[in-house]
Amino acid sequence: MFKQAWERLYNGLVKENPTFVLMLGMCPTLAVTTAAMNGLGMGLSTAAVLTMSNLMISALRNVIPQKVRMPAYIVIVATFVTVVQLLMQAYVPSLYDALGIYIPLIVVNCIILGRAEAYASKHPVWPSLFDGLGMGLGFTVALVCIGAVREFLGNGSVFGLTILPDTVDKIAIFTLAPGAFFVLACLTALQNKLKAPSATNTPKAKNRTCAGNCAACPSGCMGCAADAQAQKEGDDR
Amino acid sequence: MTEKIHVSSAPHIRCDVTTARIMHDVIIALLPCGVCGVYLFGWRALWVMLTSVVTCVLTEYLFQKGMKRPVTVTDGSAIVTGLLLAYCMPASVPLYIPVLGGVFAILVVKQLFGGIGQNIMNPALAARCFLVISFAGRMTAYPFLRTVQPPVDLVSSATPLMDLKAGQAVDLWHMFLGTHSGCLGETSVAAVLIGAAYLFFRRVITWHIPVAYIGSTLVFCGVFAAFKGAVPADMTMATYLVAQACGGGLALGAFFMATDYVTCPITNGGRLVYGVLLGFLTAVFRVLGKSAEGVSFAIIIVNLLVPLIEKITMPRAFGKGGRAK
Repeated sequence: MFKQAWERLYNGLVKENPTFVLMLGMCPTLAVTTAAMNGLGMGLSTAAVLTMSNLMISALRNVIPQKVRMPAYIVIVATFVTVVQLLMQAYVPSLYDALGIYIPLIVVNCIILGRAEAYASKHPVWPSLFDGLGMGLGFTVALVCIGAVREFLGNGSVFGLTILPDTVDKIAIFTLAPGAFFVLACLTALQNKLKAPSATNTPKAKNRTCAGNCAACPSGCMGCAADAQAQKEGDDR
Repeated sequence: MTEKIHVSSAPHIRCDVTTARIMHDVIIALLPCGVCGVYLFGWRALWVMLTSVVTCVLTEYLFQKGMKRPVTVTDGSAIVTGLLLAYCMPASVPLYIPVLGGVFAILVVKQLFGGIGQNIMNPALAARCFLVISFAGRMTAYPFLRTVQPPVDLVSSATPLMDLKAGQAVDLWHMFLGTHSGCLGETSVAAVLIGAAYLFFRRVITWHIPVAYIGSTLVFCGVFAAFKGAVPADMTMATYLVAQACGGGLALGAFFMATDYVTCPITNGGRLVYGVLLGFLTAVFRVLGKSAEGVSFAIIIVNLLVPLIEKITMPRAFGKGGRAK
């Protein structure tokens, strides 16, 4: 039981990291990571929603009719997002202001709908809970990494702590939108280069006909078919 | 007998134009601007140029070695990129700026897209935009000329385009010769024209892009300025337009950057469309926009539109398709 929980956590954090491997949820990833703190806030609030919605959807998976499953998932996700939004507004108003529209948009975050559709709706409660937690933490780690690099290069600080003195020129473009693309691409390339074990970066993946590219997968190898499904149906907001 | 029959596939007629030859011609054509920059802004300009060129060549060499790709440094394209990048920054920038720009131009814009022939925008200009956005203060702090003793408390001065934008009259003869502050290689229209004449003579570039670009810039600048009343009080429309033509990076951009083989359309019709789009955007940025100059942003934006321009100006193959009679 604990082995299964650990497997789900490891899967979400490293092997199928939603940002660096699955490339899901790009919109908040690129938009809110101007500082490490924003990345942490966005990641944790998404993780909270993801864990709770996975739990609830998994528990209700035999009750929700197949034909209306998407609206049902959205209602569940939106409920938790509202809870998280009100809590953040009450207890961390500065973070709430910094994240702005991206908090309500967690409702349509494709990681959440992707996991609901691809995992929680087919698996029991216990692994689904840890799947949500693992994916959420994987998203958080990725956002904090991107946010920290952007904040350091563009602003000379990390988590608001000034590291570079004022006399050093900062590369301001990294706090702007293009910087998000540069950093995300570099970190993804690094992850690929270092051969961090992931769904698309194992020795086995090379033998697949699709080479890990699920969109062009002719054989429908079951290893990544679920994620391809999630990618196809998830609405990337 | 058999060794006299040479069997090969088409094409059978080849010319001696190679990438290296074209790039060497462009480097020669760029020299007058560089000499002018060193004359106007002192040896500092030479250091900026050298830093930029060495960084570009080294980055290309190291990347291709590291990625185990064929090394194409000898074709000279990295040198051209380095020179153009240096020409569009002030001579007073700290030397880490050309280093950063060179690495960005070659690594991100050129090599990551697949190397020479594959880049979607001009590497030097993309790097310039990267630097302008990142170091806005340093990239627009234009130094005084070497020959001018600056007032005690000033380290930078306005370019003629900034003066124009502020509604002041400018000296056209100085603008043509380039004896005014600005980026180190683009101030002198005379030097650019000498280089461009060489390129025309060697048939490296055709007239379409520069003529369409500069012509449409003037037309649109005239229309926008008349509409907005942006012509300074003691200048006529004609002198205003001449100042726009000689100002900023328009001459350097039109002859050397917009004509980059990789990022401009192939057909002559496409090149005219491309030039007019460039002129339109440049005029929008210069007259309607907030900043005084817009050549670099205009060129990289229209570079991205080139595949679409190619699509609508694709010539019809003889005997295929077309209108039914």
